[in-house]
Amino acid sequence: MRNSVPLMALLLSATALAAHAQDPLRIGVLLTLSGPPAVLGEHARDGVLLAEKMLDGKIGGREAEIIVVDDEGKPDIAAQKARELVESNGADFVIGPIFSNIMTAIAGPVTAGGAILVSPNAGPSNFAGKDCNPDIFVASYQNDQMPQALATYMNRESIGNVYLLAPNYQAGKDSLNGFKAIYEGDVGGELYVPLGQLDFSAELAQIAAAQPEAVYTFMPGGMGVNLVRQWEQAGLSSIPLMSAFTVDETTLPAEKDAALGMLTASNWAPDLDTPGNAEFVASFTKDYGRIPSLYAMAGYDSLMLIDSAVTAAGTEDREALRAALKAADFQSLRGSFSFSTNNFPVQDFYLTRAIKDEQGFYRTSMVEKVFTAAADPYVGECPAR
Amino acid sequence: MSDVAASSTAPRASRLTGRLKLALWIFVVLAALPPLAHMAGEPFLVVIATRMMVFAIAALSLDLILGYGAMVSFGHAAYLGIGAYAVAILTQAGITDLTLHLAAGIGASAVFAAVTGAISLRTRGVYFIMITLAFGQMAFFFFVSFSALGGDDGVALQARSTLMGAPLLQGAQGLFYVTLILLIAVFAGLYRLTGSRFGRVLTGTRENALRMQAVGFRPFSYQLTAYVIAGCVCSVAGVLLANQAVYVSPAYMSWHRAGELIVMVVLGGVGTLSGALAGALATVALEEGLARFSEHWRLGFGLVLVLVALFSPGGISGLLRRLNIGRGDR
Amino acid sequence: MFNLFVMQLLNGAQFGILLFLVAAGLTLVFGIMDFINLAHGVLYMVGGYVMAMMTGATGTFWVALLLVPPITLVIGLVLEVTVFRRLYDRSHLDQVLATFGLVLVLSELVKILWGSAPLSVAMPEMLSGSVPLLGPMRYPIYRIAVIAVGLGVALGLWFVIARTRVGMLLRAGAANRTMVAALGTDINRLFMLVFAIGAMLAGFAGAIVSPILSVDPGMGDSILILTFVVIVIGGVGSVKGAFFAALLVGVVDTLGRMFGPILLKLVMDPAAAAQAGRTLAPMLVYILMAAVLFWRPAGLFGRRAAR
Repeated sequence: MRNSVPLMALLLSATALAAHAQDPLRIGVLLTLSGPPAVLGEHARDGVLLAEKMLDGKIGGREAEIIVVDDEGKPDIAAQKARELVESNGADFVIGPIFSNIMTAIAGPVTAGGAILVSPNAGPSNFAGKDCNPDIFVASYQNDQMPQALATYMNRESIGNVYLLAPNYQAGKDSLNGFKAIYEGDVGGELYVPLGQLDFSAELAQIAAAQPEAVYTFMPGGMGVNLVRQWEQAGLSSIPLMSAFTVDETTLPAEKDAALGMLTASNWAPDLDTPGNAEFVASFTKDYGRIPSLYAMAGYDSLMLIDSAVTAAGTEDREALRAALKAADFQSLRGSFSFSTNNFPVQDFYLTRAIKDEQGFYRTSMVEKVFTAAADPYVGECPAR
Repeated sequence: MSDVAASSTAPRASRLTGRLKLALWIFVVLAALPPLAHMAGEPFLVVIATRMMVFAIAALSLDLILGYGAMVSFGHAAYLGIGAYAVAILTQAGITDLTLHLAAGIGASAVFAAVTGAISLRTRGVYFIMITLAFGQMAFFFFVSFSALGGDDGVALQARSTLMGAPLLQGAQGLFYVTLILLIAVFAGLYRLTGSRFGRVLTGTRENALRMQAVGFRPFSYQLTAYVIAGCVCSVAGVLLANQAVYVSPAYMSWHRAGELIVMVVLGGVGTLSGALAGALATVALEEGLARFSEHWRLGFGLVLVLVALFSPGGISGLLRRLNIGRGDR
Repeated sequence: MFNLFVMQLLNGAQFGILLFLVAAGLTLVFGIMDFINLAHGVLYMVGGYVMAMMTGATGTFWVALLLVPPITLVIGLVLEVTVFRRLYDRSHLDQVLATFGLVLVLSELVKILWGSAPLSVAMPEMLSGSVPLLGPMRYPIYRIAVIAVGLGVALGLWFVIARTRVGMLLRAGAANRTMVAALGTDINRLFMLVFAIGAMLAGFAGAIVSPILSVDPGMGDSILILTFVVIVIGGVGSVKGAFFAALLVGVVDTLGRMFGPILLKLVMDPAAAAQAGRTLAPMLVYILMAAVLFWRPAGLFGRRAAR
């Protein structure tokens, strides 16, 4: 009794492919929808669903079935759910995940099962470099790019010494390494905090004692909310806090005034003047009651990308589909958007600032462009195919 | 709840046979599952069932010390992680054989269990729970900071373990049957162990340690041995879990995972092997099943746990006993 | 360096006081009722959420803060009457199962009611800002207020337990519940009282911490584990033990995170010291607990025979 499952899967998908012209297009959406970081998954999910609504439920001209699944932030559960989406539900595409460790877990199951993975957020360096995969497309950014934008900005402004602060896990270390690779000044201190730490009094005391010219931090989610609020309480407002993923539309509603004026780097802001962006922000705010973040934007773009590719090439010919995805012939909410050879985006990066707009909502706002058409630094490590 | 108290052998044997019958039925159904699932057009059930069996092995191992030995270990998930990381480390070094993975996992767990068990068994009750938690957390944080293995990002395996040089575990069915065989082996082994003199000393120590000492046994060595055995068996589950997900991360040994294991054992019925089996199967089944209905499935799952705790002492096993299944001579 | 040390000492004390407020209730519940309540962390979380909701509704910090204890009291009592009361005579494991289930139910309810994004509570004007400490260091007034309030509550608790009749019953109940019942005290009333105090303290802690730490569905989890560590180090059933253990845990954790790597640099090279420091930092509290239990298996102030 040798393995009949792969054979069955092959037969099933062959017959499915043949029937696909009439079949609905199935797209799995695998995001973290529970636990403390659930809000990120919710934004991305809502972005996807809004795009579906904008397309009247038809992707590439076909009826579409979108299956939303919670990976619970647990990699082994995510791997199983990914397998289930692809093998049991017959998904042709999987949009996900939010977190890098989940991506490591699901990349194999999704692509081995014959589906294409489109990431609306996670963009770890190994998938941009040595582990790049023709069936994985990252629609968001590569993790190093935000810190690089801020480092470039600091170089430009001749900021001589900085303190760095990040959580002690892979993404945190990657973020600070990405920053240090570009920054030309002096790193006075590099502080790592345990993942999940909520009280930054220790680190803030050290920063207050050292009085650096600026601080760069990568402090996502609830950790970021606490850092920002405690920053103001500790009387450190005179030192610029520049951050990635700490001050955005998922955290600003909790940070409120404490974050005003803080600078961050992003590939998008709600007031970015690109075709379709204003409508997107307005529709999202109306339908979901909150201002979209870059996670929502990337979810939206992911589905639009898939739509453009399926319209151009259909799903029968895998090579043609890959080429169509790579062509990225859709109107991104970011304006200019294309893919590098490693299937990571080439896009502009901006400095944005946290503001309170006329309606009293907290959101980010464009300050200036830092990078034009920037590719990620790992594209060279991706073996040519 | 504890009907392993001293009594005449005849009713005791039929009581055990009753529960044994339940376990045997479960194994029969599992063995027939893959072909049935294919016929029903739901091949993915095989993958879910594999996960159920992996956690059943872990729950059985925990039940040995928690149910039979009254040692509530809140750090038991560490052994899941040790087994899983044994696979990851050896695979990266080019060693892919399943027996070697199992041996390494069991060996490392034995050492970890012996050291932490010796220290932990100086305490009792809630103190024991917390010190085992402490050790579990230390293992967790150690692997989180282990960048070479991806830290908390974890590491994806290139392929599953091989058996005798052949990729028998690559397919879902291969892994399913290997897991089932190991589950049956673990169950049989623990069944013999708990029925043996060792098992009786262990439960005797649970009931009244002072009395056991008076009779001439040294509780500590029995408890420590049970603790080490439990850790080793759990690492088998860890090896299989790594294979099932083709991925390893420190999340396998978080305290949440350890808590879930305890819940599985208690839900099934503490101190009965078939209870641990049923508890693990039921927990995974509930989590999977309820999740299909609603994104707020945790509400339902939590309610089930509360209701079982309130109205069915002895968990699922107790419930079945009251319904006359798995009963003996009463 | 000395300034930093003093500042960290204060931070550690503040963190410890917070832990004490949550742990005091739990150690009483465990000590007197022999009841393992995993849902205690949820009461802390509910305190935070009620605070966020009340500040939104009433617009002021103080009114909201006054409303939190009665609301958490009611919620605690509802839980006691519906679920916990039936579990007092059951094994610890059944209690673990039930309270674990409750944690899932209540956390999900919170998420349904308030969403999963973190909420924040504005700091009261009067207490915002900072005071100069030593040299250029400033310390937030609010944290000083938290320390003061916590000490006040600790003092109050000590007074009630050591000097009042109710406190005497509590101490007697912790030592021998059956005897107290046999001597004519309504043991159910006593239990309800203990539970009520515990729930209020936990909810109050969640409320006063909300301006500093954001309120999110995971906050119950993180405090729960540390709270158990505290009551175990202090000895179950001992409020005095909880107080000292909480301060110890708070200070060790805070100082260790900062000065650990610095101390390690004395014995190993900077890069390795930094890495080792980062690895050990989250483990410090657990290493502390293991060490205490190794030396005193029933905690610092616990009784030898654990129930």
